[in-house]
Amino acid sequence: MQNLIKNRAVVNGDSWRLVRSADEEFSIKEDVILPLAVYLECKDKPHEGRLAVWLAPEQDVAELQPHLAGLPLVAIDFPAFSDGRGYSHARLLRERHAYQGELRAIGDVLRDQLSYMAQVGFDAFVIRADRDAANALAGLDDFSEQYQATVLQPVPLLRRRVSLIVA
Amino acid sequence: MYKYDEVDFRLVRERVEQFRSQTQRYLAGELSEEEFRPLRLMNGLYIQRHAPMLRVAIPYGHFSSLQMRKLAHIARTYDRGYGHFTTRQNIQFNWPELARVPDILAELADVEMHAIQTSGNCVRNTTTDAFAGVAADELIDGRAYCEIIRQWSTLHPEFAYLPRKFKIAVSGSTDDRAATQVHDIGLHVVRNDAGEVGFRVLVGGGLGRTPIVGKVVREFLPPQHLLTYLDAVLRVYNRYGRRDNKYKARIKILVQAMTVEAFAAKVEDEWLHLKDGPSTLSDADVAYYASFFTDPAYETLAANPAGFTDKLAEPAFARWVERNTRAHKRAGYRSVVLSLKKTGVPPGDITADQMDAVADMADRFGFGEIRSAHEQNLILPDVKESELYTVWQLAREHGFATPNIGLLTDIICCPGGDFCDLANARSIPVAEAIQRKFDDLDYLFDLGDIDCNFSGCMNACGHHHIGNIGILGVDKNGQEWYQITLGGSQGNYTAIGKVIGPSFAQADVPAAFEKIMTLYVEQRQDGEHFIETVRRIGLDPFKERVYAKSH
Repeated sequence: MQNLIKNRAVVNGDSWRLVRSADEEFSIKEDVILPLAVYLECKDKPHEGRLAVWLAPEQDVAELQPHLAGLPLVAIDFPAFSDGRGYSHARLLRERHAYQGELRAIGDVLRDQLSYMAQVGFDAFVIRADRDAANALAGLDDFSEQYQATVLQPVPLLRRRVSLIVA
Repeated sequence: MYKYDEVDFRLVRERVEQFRSQTQRYLAGELSEEEFRPLRLMNGLYIQRHAPMLRVAIPYGHFSSLQMRKLAHIARTYDRGYGHFTTRQNIQFNWPELARVPDILAELADVEMHAIQTSGNCVRNTTTDAFAGVAADELIDGRAYCEIIRQWSTLHPEFAYLPRKFKIAVSGSTDDRAATQVHDIGLHVVRNDAGEVGFRVLVGGGLGRTPIVGKVVREFLPPQHLLTYLDAVLRVYNRYGRRDNKYKARIKILVQAMTVEAFAAKVEDEWLHLKDGPSTLSDADVAYYASFFTDPAYETLAANPAGFTDKLAEPAFARWVERNTRAHKRAGYRSVVLSLKKTGVPPGDITADQMDAVADMADRFGFGEIRSAHEQNLILPDVKESELYTVWQLAREHGFATPNIGLLTDIICCPGGDFCDLANARSIPVAEAIQRKFDDLDYLFDLGDIDCNFSGCMNACGHHHIGNIGILGVDKNGQEWYQITLGGSQGNYTAIGKVIGPSFAQADVPAAFEKIMTLYVEQRQDGEHFIETVRRIGLDPFKERVYAKSH
């Protein structure tokens, strides 16, 4: 997959292929990120490559719960960057379902979203094809702090602040 | 007042730099118009009829003389020498140049101000009672919670791209002066049977195209759970609110579609997971934020000093005291409302020189503190009664002393078609025509308390639905017409006004108002307020009078 940022660096040579629709063909050897329905169909069939799943905003992350332990990667689709549902999905996966694998943002993913996406638990970002991932990387550092409890910093600023003052 | 620490400063400055980069990339063609739009909106920047419009946040309407002087400086340096106070207690500048907006933001950051989330589909500025901290009927001073909510909502990574805008209001007093029932979330401080203070949580109120009074989703929320509960409400909205139609995207539509019971149950489910989590407030947290909102150094004073009461013999001063000052929790003090509703000046507008004058008055008479009210007036919260006469004289000199607070000419009004791209009709000239019609102070005082709210389009920035008398600008075949509603009210008995009939041409609006007021005076009983007469006799007599054929 091209234009990928992972572990705060642009990655070349990612083996995952995003399978967008159910009628898209893929080979048994490929590492594929599948739509949920296709994944559920394929997960118990022979496959030499690795299987992952991607969720659309209207899908419920709770449906993934039984499969999370076996998933090396979950992708969340942002059909438009103004659609914020994926941020809640990411937090739910990380905080409620304790998902530890790679969480990849796909779709309309641009520099100005990266800082928030990282805070809610994404650790990989496929930057939209017409934009430069190296340039987008800077977006990860837009903010050095945040007020809220987040996946990256589970202790909200007010608690850290008050403990400083009380101490 | 809250004081920024190093982290607050850093975050605001980082947002300024992020916005500077976004603006530069937009101007260089690296961000499309469509991509830049939500980014600039989330920083309060609209592209308006004539120029960009920048909306600067005044969190819960609190600011200082230092900040006011900075606003005056910005009005002079980057704009055309004035600003406009809004119904969200914020201030707007109508003429900044896009390329210079990052510099304006950098100047604001120096005095602990910003434009973060003053627009866009995110959590907006939290509003509250403009008299918080000084009102006599306050259960608790809600400002510590307002600041806690401000910080929680600022740059919230999960809720930056909501289906639609999201407004929260807090009321800490028995009398709700923050219009909490017409907010996406209204938090009303209440005391339970055990005497504990908590929040009654209302969700799904709002004006706009579909005016709805908020519904209670939780009768009593212990304050330590405030943030986890807000997270739960916002998450349910973020996940399930409609995104296919912007007119159906507010949380009120979701609550309506699900029913309030089902919505509340969904929130409770979500909250069970979040409750007692890391964002639970401890007593120390609340005490820390409350420590910024302690009383100023009040003197021990006797109420009604002779130097004040003697002057009340002067009718103009007595009138001003009656309408433009308000009881204070401390004897010998009153809160002064500076009217931004002088006839001939667009409601809420203020010049740079006036801003400086307010700052000077705040320093000289009121501990340097200023409030903006959602009714688009300014408040000096702590003025000694012994100094009211001097304050009145200064207010007169600077054009703030129109004694019309709460009266018919204290019109809440959006900027309308003169400035706003969304408006169907102009509001400012019509508001002025009404003010001129009712320029006789004796008559105006006799009419008494009347909320008159005016919106130039159905987005309802002027809150026309909750005006006792409301006006809505509508477009009929490219012409400006005006619909009149009666019976709306804000506060504890919030109601949505009803349209009295066909709309009026601009020139006919003042005459319609006159007929309505004449009927009220004829019909009122035992000193009834206007809204009470409307409630008692209903709309029909008003309709008959206003639409009667002249013979």
